[in-house]
Amino acid sequence: MNDTTEHSLRGRAAVVGVGETTYYKYGKSPVSEFELALQAILAACQDAGIDPHEIDGFSGYSDDRSDSSRLATALGIKRLRSSVMQWGGGGGGCCASVANAAAAVATGMADCVVAFRSLAQGQFGRFGQATNTPTISGEKAYLMPYGVLAPPTRFAMRIRRFMHEHGVQQEALRAIAMASYHHAQANPRALMHGKPLTTSAYEASRWIVEPLHLYDCCMENDGAAAVIVVSSERAKDFRQKPAYVLGAAVGASHRFAAMAHNSPSYGSADFETLAPDLFSMAKVGPQDVGSVQSYENFTGGVVMALAEHGFFRPEEANSFLQLENLIAPNGRLPLNTSGGNLAECYMHGFELIVEATRQIRGTSTSQAKRHDVALVIGGPMVSPASNLLLGSEATL
Amino acid sequence: MSNEMKVSAPSTRYLPKGLPIPVSESDGLSEPFWAGLKEGRLLVQRCTKCGTWQFAPEWICHQCHKFRPEWVEVEALGRIYSWERVWHPAHEALRNHGPYIAVLVELPHAGNLRLVGNLLGDPLQDVVIGAEVVGAYEHHREETPSYSLLQWRSKQER
Repeated sequence: MNDTTEHSLRGRAAVVGVGETTYYKYGKSPVSEFELALQAILAACQDAGIDPHEIDGFSGYSDDRSDSSRLATALGIKRLRSSVMQWGGGGGGCCASVANAAAAVATGMADCVVAFRSLAQGQFGRFGQATNTPTISGEKAYLMPYGVLAPPTRFAMRIRRFMHEHGVQQEALRAIAMASYHHAQANPRALMHGKPLTTSAYEASRWIVEPLHLYDCCMENDGAAAVIVVSSERAKDFRQKPAYVLGAAVGASHRFAAMAHNSPSYGSADFETLAPDLFSMAKVGPQDVGSVQSYENFTGGVVMALAEHGFFRPEEANSFLQLENLIAPNGRLPLNTSGGNLAECYMHGFELIVEATRQIRGTSTSQAKRHDVALVIGGPMVSPASNLLLGSEATL
Repeated sequence: MSNEMKVSAPSTRYLPKGLPIPVSESDGLSEPFWAGLKEGRLLVQRCTKCGTWQFAPEWICHQCHKFRPEWVEVEALGRIYSWERVWHPAHEALRNHGPYIAVLVELPHAGNLRLVGNLLGDPLQDVVIGAEVVGAYEHHREETPSYSLLQWRSKQER
C-alpha cells in the first residue's frame, strides 16, 4: 500500500472497445434515443469482441435518459454491479464518465463497465432553443428575462472577458473552427464531411452572439456512442489494442458555479485546478501529448481550455492558434481530429472519447504522428468539468 | 436614479413581452431580491459576521458558514465587466427582434458582485469593458405575476 499508484488510476484501466451509431442532424434519427443507446453499446461490444451479457456496469453523465437498469434489463446482462451517473455539468461530464468507469473496474466494484452517451435532441428538444415557460426561478431567473437564454448567450460573455484580458483575436477562434472542419473532410462519419469551411465563409457567417459566429457554435444532433472499460489486467484479452487510462480529473475551481456569472475566475474554462491534477496523475506533461480532443461547445472555450492545459500562455493564443499548427498528421497540436462537436457530431463530447481511443490505436481518419498520449478535455466553462489522458502500452 | 425611473410606464421594456418572468424559488431564497427590485431597490447578501458579499443568494455565507446572510441595499452603480450582442433568437418571443445587448456589471462598492442585465440605448452602440453604468429599474406591474428588472445605461450618455 506504500506504492503511490495505489491512489491513482494511472495504468489501471483501459478502453478496449468503441461503438457509435450513425450520427444524425437533430430530428433525423429513424429510431428512438434508447434504441440509439443500445446500438452504440452493442457496437462497442462487437469492436472489443466481448459478449454483451458480460457487461456488469454502466457509467453515464448529464442525466442520460437511457438509465442503467433499463439497459441492464434490455440487454439481459447477468448482473448489474456498477451504476454511476456523473452529477451535473452537462457535456463536461464526458471524461468523468470514463473516469468513473475506470474507478469501478480498478477497485473491483465491476469487471466490464460501459461508459456512454445517448442523446436525441429531435426527440427531446434542442439545446439551442430555450424552453417556453411562463415563469423561471433559480439561476436562469437572473438571466432569461434579459435574453440570456441558451448556451451561446450563457457562455459568450465568459469568452469576451477572456479575449479582453489577454488580447485574443477573432482569428484564434476561427482557427479552432477551421481545424474541426478540416478533419471532418477526412472522416466519412462526420456530418460536415464533404462540406469544407473556408476563412471567407467563416467571416461571412452570421453572428449568433458576438463574439461567436455560426461556425463557432456546436451542432445539434441525434446519436449515441459508447466505450468498454475493463481493468488493465484484462485489457489484452480483447480484440483491439488497449487505450490505457493514464489519468483523469473531475471538478471545478473555487466557487466556479457561483450563479448569475459570479465565478471568481470568470474568463476561464474551469481547468485551473483540473489540468495540474490530470498531468500529475498521468505523470506526463503537455509536451508529451500527441493529439487533443477539446470539447467545442464554442470555439472560445477551446482557446481557454488549451491555455489552461499549458499548451500556450493566453497571450500566445493568437500566434499558436494557426490552422497549420492544429491539423494532423504534422501540426504542433492536432486538434479535434474527427471533426468534434462542430463538424463530426455533437455527441455531447463522447465522440471525443471515441476519437482519442482511435488516436491511441492509430486508426483515426486524421491520425496524429505522435499517438502514444491522447488528451480529451470535457465541456469547457462548466462545473463540474472533466478531462482524460489515454495512453498506449508504451507509456505505462 | 430618478423617481421617474422607478415608476416608469409599464410599456417601457427593453426586450419584447413573452420571456419567462423571474420568480423566487419555492423555498423563498431569492424573494428579497425580487421584492427589492419591485420597490426600485437593489438588495444583495452581506454576512453580518464576516462581512463577505454574496450573489446570487444562498442560505449560508460561503466564507464563515453563518446561516442566512443579511440582505443589504446597495446603489445600482457599476462598471461593465463583460458584454455580448445577441443576434440569434433563442426564444419565440424574440423572433424578428433585432440585436440586443446583454451586459455583466460588477459593483465595486459591493465586493465586486456581478449582475446580468441589458444595456439600454442603441443596440449597435460600441460597448467598452470598464465603462461606468447606472441602474434603471424596468417595472412590469401589469404582468401576472408582477415583476421588475434592473437594466443599465451608460453613465456618459446621461
